[in-house]
Amino acid sequence: MTLAFLPSAEVFAIFLPLLGFLVAGLGGYRLGKHGAELIATAFMLAAAAISIHLYLLYTSATDLLTIIPLLKWMAVGPLHVTWSLRFDVLTAVMLVVVNVVSAMVHVYSLGYMAHDPYRPRFFAYLSFFTFAMLMLVTSDNLVQLFFGWEGVGLASYLLINFWFKKPSANDASIKAFLVNRVGDFGFALGILGIFFTLGSVNFANILMPHVETTKTFMLFGYHVDALTVSCLLLFMGAMGKSAQIGLHTWLPDAMEGPTPVSALIHAATMVTAGVFMLCRLSPLFEAAPQVLEFVAIVGALTAVIAATIGMTQWDIKRVIAYSTMSQLGYMFFAIGISAYGAAMFHLMTHAFFKSLLFLGAGSVIHALSGEQDLRKMGGIWRKVPITTLLIWIGSLALAGIPFFAGYYSKDIILESTWAAHSSVGEFAWAAGMIAALMTAFYSWRLIFLTFNGPSRADVHALEHAHESPPSMMIPMLILSVGAMLSGWYAYDQFVGEAHHEFWGSALHLRAGVEDPLTAAHHVADWVKFGPTVLAVIGILLAWIAYLKAPAFPQMMARIFSPLYALFYHKWYFDELYNRALVKPALTLGRVFWKFGDGVLIDGCGPDGMTALTAYLSRRVRQMHTGYVYHYAFVMVIGMVGLLLWIGLKG
Amino acid sequence: MVTVGAWPILSILTFMPIAGAVLIMLLRGNPLRVDQASRGIAFLTTLITFVLSVCLALDFDPAATAPQFQFIEKIMLIPTLGISYHLGVDGIAVALILLTTLLMPIALLASQKISLRVREYMIAFLVLETVIIGTFCALDMIMFYVFFESVLIPMFLIIAIWGGPRRIYATFKFFLFTLLGSVLMLLAMVAIYLKTGTSDMTILLTEDKLILTKDVQMWLWLGFFASFAVKMPMWPVHTWLPDAHVEAPTAGSIILAGVLLKVGDYGFMRFSLPLLPEASATFVPFVWTLSLIAIVYASLVALVQEDMKKMIAYSSVAHMGFVTLGLFSFNMYGLQAAMFQMIAHGLISSALFFCVGVLYDRTHSRAISTYGGVVNVMPKFAVFFLFMTLSAIAVPGTAGFVGEFLSLLASFNASSTPFKPDYASIFAWGQTVTFIAASGMVLSAAYMLWLYRRVMYGEVTNSEVSTLKDVNRYEFIALFVLGAVILCLGLNSSLLTEYISPSLEHLNARMLSHGVSNVAPIPAL
Repeated sequence: MTLAFLPSAEVFAIFLPLLGFLVAGLGGYRLGKHGAELIATAFMLAAAAISIHLYLLYTSATDLLTIIPLLKWMAVGPLHVTWSLRFDVLTAVMLVVVNVVSAMVHVYSLGYMAHDPYRPRFFAYLSFFTFAMLMLVTSDNLVQLFFGWEGVGLASYLLINFWFKKPSANDASIKAFLVNRVGDFGFALGILGIFFTLGSVNFANILMPHVETTKTFMLFGYHVDALTVSCLLLFMGAMGKSAQIGLHTWLPDAMEGPTPVSALIHAATMVTAGVFMLCRLSPLFEAAPQVLEFVAIVGALTAVIAATIGMTQWDIKRVIAYSTMSQLGYMFFAIGISAYGAAMFHLMTHAFFKSLLFLGAGSVIHALSGEQDLRKMGGIWRKVPITTLLIWIGSLALAGIPFFAGYYSKDIILESTWAAHSSVGEFAWAAGMIAALMTAFYSWRLIFLTFNGPSRADVHALEHAHESPPSMMIPMLILSVGAMLSGWYAYDQFVGEAHHEFWGSALHLRAGVEDPLTAAHHVADWVKFGPTVLAVIGILLAWIAYLKAPAFPQMMARIFSPLYALFYHKWYFDELYNRALVKPALTLGRVFWKFGDGVLIDGCGPDGMTALTAYLSRRVRQMHTGYVYHYAFVMVIGMVGLLLWIGLKG
Repeated sequence: MVTVGAWPILSILTFMPIAGAVLIMLLRGNPLRVDQASRGIAFLTTLITFVLSVCLALDFDPAATAPQFQFIEKIMLIPTLGISYHLGVDGIAVALILLTTLLMPIALLASQKISLRVREYMIAFLVLETVIIGTFCALDMIMFYVFFESVLIPMFLIIAIWGGPRRIYATFKFFLFTLLGSVLMLLAMVAIYLKTGTSDMTILLTEDKLILTKDVQMWLWLGFFASFAVKMPMWPVHTWLPDAHVEAPTAGSIILAGVLLKVGDYGFMRFSLPLLPEASATFVPFVWTLSLIAIVYASLVALVQEDMKKMIAYSSVAHMGFVTLGLFSFNMYGLQAAMFQMIAHGLISSALFFCVGVLYDRTHSRAISTYGGVVNVMPKFAVFFLFMTLSAIAVPGTAGFVGEFLSLLASFNASSTPFKPDYASIFAWGQTVTFIAASGMVLSAAYMLWLYRRVMYGEVTNSEVSTLKDVNRYEFIALFVLGAVILCLGLNSSLLTEYISPSLEHLNARMLSHGVSNVAPIPAL
């Protein structure tokens, strides 16, 4: 019960967003027309500043670790769970990503949401999301991690549904929560599995350098290795939150939410929670190498499939959403080949350039009075030159053009997969190379369709097209600095020759395996330049297809129409799930209700019994006729029967 | 702090509501003023009872392991038969009494719109409170039975007089199911009495008087099971619950879901598990199967309901499945899970019924299709309803999460206890069972969020909805109190778990007796 902490920088960095949530949420318009949003934003900016300080502090020395216990949560027998904050280098990286992007998004929203009547609620949700995300990344045990995990899911649900009058937003928010819940079903079981296997959920006890266990348990009649299954289940949670293939269907729909939300939650932070979780639990996953192979395969498939869909979509935000999914795939297959540092590196650079892209898209949408369809844009770069420049910077970083952030992080991932010298690594490398080409293609498809060529926009909207206010431009400019420089700045620390000193024991590699990150520095030159060449080819292809020969895309779509339909319809995942899961569940529910409860249980139970009783009493009543001769007749038969029985017995 | 140990606190607590009821009966005069006065007296009585129960809880020493029961009161009633007036509580009982006394005033706050026979209504609720507290305090089997059965009478009247249009059908169904079970339980109790010559539960629970062969245990177990399973309710004897809830007035639903369903679990913890451990362990596959069916089946049925109350009633069936899952996992996690889930579900389902009541009071409709866009006109209510919805789907940080999490933890780890070979093969299925039960996490989110979406979000389409007024002061207080308790327990579950731990340790030791496991029994008390 004791709150055994002194207010320290760490505590402020975590709890200022919570305070912002409470003030904005409870205060609302009582704090004046702009009070709630300004207070929440100010708290967030302070938290971001503290996070940068903490980042510098925790990355200055190897293996600096602080644990701040807050409050007892659960204590039953050997299960001890405490609310606590864990700070190490991994936390510090996430802290700076989450708080800086969140602060920028808060500021941006001051402008973007300026005309919305529910601003206090919006800022309260944003701050709540940030707090939940911080609880996730500072957690010292699996259960608190799960709290943050579901907390960010809840915030995502609320924010997707921010415009609650729109039925499409209602549906998208429920879908996001439910698909994530399917992942969380796995995550929760994974936590139970880890507790069963290792006897604890606390990181101090389970993140051992050498996890060794021979425990098994029975599942549906089969004996399975406890640790492998547990890690697989934990990864299932990551697949849901990070939109990996199979559990990804919610992410594109989540674009129903306001654009700043997409930038913060569905690009930079929440969707990377799965990557963070796997890095945090690297000792466990290293002890379950089959699971890592599975992670790599899922990541590689996601990277390619998402990119194929991204090339065919018309909604500007959905294109970026599929791009996010594809980049998350990169992070996962990096983890799958044990290049954790590279995954974290890409997580960080991606947070900057992808939130920049989303905010830029928001700026375009803002300029065109809410238009999101690429077919109704075009030729507006003169009207919004700075936004155009910023989206170019974000795309250059995303495509991995030299010296922008993505160049460093994406290349090191591809080099590591090549250097891993395993069949899974080669598969992931091939997938990553193909996806790199497609990434460049769809990015410049988006740019050319939006900013260049003839304008297809509504004349009225085009007249009003204008550059966004400073509150929106300044955060984007700051993020663009991150998109340009973060790769160069952090390369040596995150993935350089000395990355072991940087990460210390926060990331773990199993013994007897060559570190792919170290090996990545010694690959052949063509492997190093390959991704860049592909990116340039992708850009050129987009240039040809959308500026030089505009008939070309339609021609391709016609020639490869089945393939185009597959991509355009997102590989039919939604249709499959609807037919195979949603409809049967509803039908089953109706059958259980009407037939199971109604006919079987009540029919044979109370209703049947009362009916039977009523029937029997009706029949018995018919015997009470009131005629003496009836009674006499029955009496005679009875006596005869009785005498016969006695006679026969005697 | 008031030390209540010197008084016959349990008797005072049990009969305090009856005293209030008598006072109300004595009221005379202008009918309107009588109604008003009886409302006041009833509410005050329940408040005093609540304060007394808090004093009891503070005075109770949770750390004491011996004797098992505290605040014992014993007066011989029928010396020749050894039947006595015998009260006493352990941690389990104190927690459930607190739940009862907390929910009673809240139920009365939900009764503002009652205008028919207000005086009788208040009396019925006060009598109900007495018999429920009595059930949790009774330490004599016969007394327990009397209280346990008496609960039916006021509840029957509450539904039958103040209920909805199909109230008569609902009450008969309720009565039929419950009575059928009770008769079999009475037989089992008589058998135990004849075998041991005592109906004193302190003797039965601490001494090894009741040595039975497994066959006899099985029959007695089934007798008890018939009664408790109906009360819980477990599948397939659950069909009375949706009907009873739909027809009952809001306050009736609150007490029914909040407290009455827990009497069944309490019975398992007092009789089946400690007295008949071997039979209980043998029936684990049976109970687990029914629990899983309850979780999956009731959740799917909840998904397609069109009536708000019916949906929450079915969700109760699913949530109680987690209680039995925990109870029959035969470890401390399971017992803690069961207790926690009982308290959590008591608070959450009451709060949900309260929320439905708030809407019903304004529109007189329980149909989901009536609503839509309520958030536009009732923002405060929307916040409370959302919080309760999230608690019901076990979002971490709420009490609902701890109960479900511990329950799944219990069944997942059931195979870790060193059982005798016969039973070990049963508990080896624990992980499989957990996998199926965990699907309840997804299903509950589906039906609750869908309910919330259809009622609260969207544009207002029904003109009646556009004129709704937000929660009034009383409703706000009731929902705030429930929400605060749910949040506190969710953030620090050890507030409850540590309090009841010694009592559950004792129960656990009895369950893992020689016949069942190789765990060394704790020394006799």
